[in-house]
Amino acid sequence: MSLHESASVTFSESPGRIALRTLSRDKRSWVALTVLAIIFLLALFAPVYSHFVAKTDPFASSLDATVLIHGEIKPVLEPSTTGLGLGVTPIGPTWSTKYFLGADSQGRDVAARLLYGGRNTLFIGITAGLITIVLSLLIGLVAGYRKGWVDSILSRLLDVIWAFPVYLLAISLSVVLLTSGLTLGFLHFGPGSMALPIVIIGVVYVPYVARPIRGQVLALREREFVRAAVGSGAKHSTIVLREILPNVLPSVLVFIPIMVALSMLTESALSFLSIGVQPPSASWGTIINDGLGLLYTRPWVAIAPGLMIVLTAAALNLYGDAVRDALDPKTRARSDS
Amino acid sequence: MRRRSIAISTIAAAALALSMVGSTSGSAADGKLAPYDKAHAGGVVKLVAAAAAGTIDPKVNYTGQYWQLFQATYDGLLSFAYGTGKRTFDVVPDLAEALPKISNGGKTLTFKLRKGIKFSNGKEVTVADVKASFERIFKVSSPTAGSFYNGIVGATACLAKPATCDLSKGVVVNASTNSIVINLTSADDAILSKLAVPHAVINPASAPSKDAGTTLIPTTGAYMFKSYSPTKSLIMVRNPYFKEWSHDAQPQGYPDEIDYNFGLTPTAQVTAVENNQANWAYDPIPADRLNEIGTKYASQVHVNPLTAMWYLPMNVNIAPFNNVKARQAVNYAIDRAAMVKIFGGTQLAAPVCSFLPPNFPGHVDYCGYTKGATPEKPAKSWSAPDLAKAQALVKASGTVGQAVAIVVSDDDVNKQMGIYLQSVLNSIGYKATVKPISGNIQFTYIQNTKNKVQISVTQWYQDYPAASDFLSVLLGCQSFTPNSDSSINMAGYCNKAIDAKMAKAIALGVTDPAAANKMWGAIDQEVMVDAPVAVAFTPKQLDFISSSTKNYIFSLQYKMFVDQLQVK
Repeated sequence: MSLHESASVTFSESPGRIALRTLSRDKRSWVALTVLAIIFLLALFAPVYSHFVAKTDPFASSLDATVLIHGEIKPVLEPSTTGLGLGVTPIGPTWSTKYFLGADSQGRDVAARLLYGGRNTLFIGITAGLITIVLSLLIGLVAGYRKGWVDSILSRLLDVIWAFPVYLLAISLSVVLLTSGLTLGFLHFGPGSMALPIVIIGVVYVPYVARPIRGQVLALREREFVRAAVGSGAKHSTIVLREILPNVLPSVLVFIPIMVALSMLTESALSFLSIGVQPPSASWGTIINDGLGLLYTRPWVAIAPGLMIVLTAAALNLYGDAVRDALDPKTRARSDS
Repeated sequence: MRRRSIAISTIAAAALALSMVGSTSGSAADGKLAPYDKAHAGGVVKLVAAAAAGTIDPKVNYTGQYWQLFQATYDGLLSFAYGTGKRTFDVVPDLAEALPKISNGGKTLTFKLRKGIKFSNGKEVTVADVKASFERIFKVSSPTAGSFYNGIVGATACLAKPATCDLSKGVVVNASTNSIVINLTSADDAILSKLAVPHAVINPASAPSKDAGTTLIPTTGAYMFKSYSPTKSLIMVRNPYFKEWSHDAQPQGYPDEIDYNFGLTPTAQVTAVENNQANWAYDPIPADRLNEIGTKYASQVHVNPLTAMWYLPMNVNIAPFNNVKARQAVNYAIDRAAMVKIFGGTQLAAPVCSFLPPNFPGHVDYCGYTKGATPEKPAKSWSAPDLAKAQALVKASGTVGQAVAIVVSDDDVNKQMGIYLQSVLNSIGYKATVKPISGNIQFTYIQNTKNKVQISVTQWYQDYPAASDFLSVLLGCQSFTPNSDSSINMAGYCNKAIDAKMAKAIALGVTDPAAANKMWGAIDQEVMVDAPVAVAFTPKQLDFISSSTKNYIFSLQYKMFVDQLQVK
């Protein structure tokens, strides 16, 4: 190849385009995206399923409801008829339109709640994950670029949050804020608001993303092209946005699916502990909690949301791996060769 | 008394009929305890629970979990009898030689202390210990000091200044004659029962004048506490100084040791009992294990009725329940049958809406808040909710759209009750949220007006078989203390006219119990017109014992007698 040909190859395609092309060729990313798309669509159409298919209100208790199965009307909560007749058991999976996955202890359709729960879990996971990314990027850029006392203050602040195990901090904040609510300037989130787990999860993960970004920025600001920009009299904002940010973005992009998955898992954990999404709303964590008391008789109530969490988290991680490989020139080179 | 609680029923026949299997052994036909069978003495009884029940001080602890143990360890001048059925409601002389001689229009009670009874530290029980024990009720701020024992002469001053409590005029003792005279300010029809509960037991005069916590106070009963670690276990062993003086009041026990282990989840407790690793599980059987034990282990299951209720106190002093129509709406809206389902089904609970439980003194079969009835024209029993009427009442009250927080305990059943209630309140026009808080603090949290609790889910189990223990204790003006954790009148309901009627009924009970009970029945109905609470259902007690455990005996007052279990 001539020097001319080599230069045309190098400058005709941006690193972003190359990464996208690599990603689109990666089977893992397609598998992950397909799984995620199905889950997102299912969650999106929760009201349609609930209203037109299951014909039920997944947020209202239906302890006296009945359901027609194979021409027979059965109570949704079935009193025991064997032995001493102790206990009442929710109906199990019917594998039909109504109560497809059975009912929970309140006689609510588990399948409908699973879809609605997915909306909340995904919404909180994505929103909290993005909050983490944005805050981390901001802190990492400012701390790494400004250095000095600004860096010291921000780094110590991150150290304080880092000092607490992430779940312990999230649980503590949730317990306090769930009863009192949270006021941030003109914003007020009342007790039980869904914004609370979003803010809490969004904040507790910041050090885990902000620190590596800060480190990267510290290294970048000493590179020749940044020095050149400083030497040419460019403004700080221009240096940060035009010279440093584009070089940090690949790492940030890799963080996004991972942070969404982590936020989703944390939300599920908080909701499982009754300090996340509040009833009658559902999330996959609250449904697992609902199913905990039914493990011996109706395990699907807990297994179904558990599977959804596993699938979503695995798909996000798989996609994250594919994005990382696509953005990493070394991996790309290996796969190209 | 609150949950974790005292098992009761009412009439022996009902109790015996409803004891589903095995019923009660070790008892004679008249309800008396069978003679002691030495051949079965020995072994270790293992009890399991998720958690301990707090202080081991018998004058402070107010839980059924430990009251059940106190009967085998501590004694009062009087106690509830060992035996079966109705017999266990009978108050019998314990440390006193006989039931008191009542004079002065019911205001003076004269006892004679038995001689020769020793505490587990070897010291003899004296009348000085008796006087000190009554003063200790106030010094340790016993939860019932103000409600049960406020009628003793001098109690008012003791309640005001507990540290310097002096009952010289209220509890007059004479060491030479071993006599004790208790003077009351007014006659009290339930005083004998009040003297038979654990808060009135006799401790050594040297017992700490504050809550003993985990410090073990010497006992007089068949057993003494050997060690107590609230996070681990409570061990009871035989009291070396115990000699049976009354088979009715304090019989000899069978096991050599009773080990109460804490920290097992309810489902692990069930498994432990199934595998004979424990003799009995304290906590309610998880919903998903009920069918299993009811079919596979039916012969080890005992179900007995309780005089207790699950109810929803509504704060009559804050919105929206400061409006009687809003409170009545809740009473009409709740589907009591649905709540019974959450609790475990009709074998374990029954819907009610009167304040006094069925078969309880003063109880009248009525329900003003069921389909087709009104508080003024009640039906005989609850049949179905009336959602339309409830919605209309909420509308008429002008409280539509108001936010309501339901405070529940965070265990599974209570939480499910809260979620159900939330659904009901939303359906009648409120914006309801559920606030589950730890079971360790929920009961006191909902009592304190500072917490501004609007509505909660809670339970009440009788302390003693008298209507006053429900109506007067839970809805009397004297039971409402703003800004206090000890304000058992959670609704904050205080109706002076009804309070006066309650006082009249208490006084009447001394001379004419039947007339008094009739009066209580009328008061019950009158109170429920104001609807400060919504009564949901009356629960039953389910005991699950291991296959190697024999001689299960159920007390209407204290549930299963742990000291009468045979493991040998």
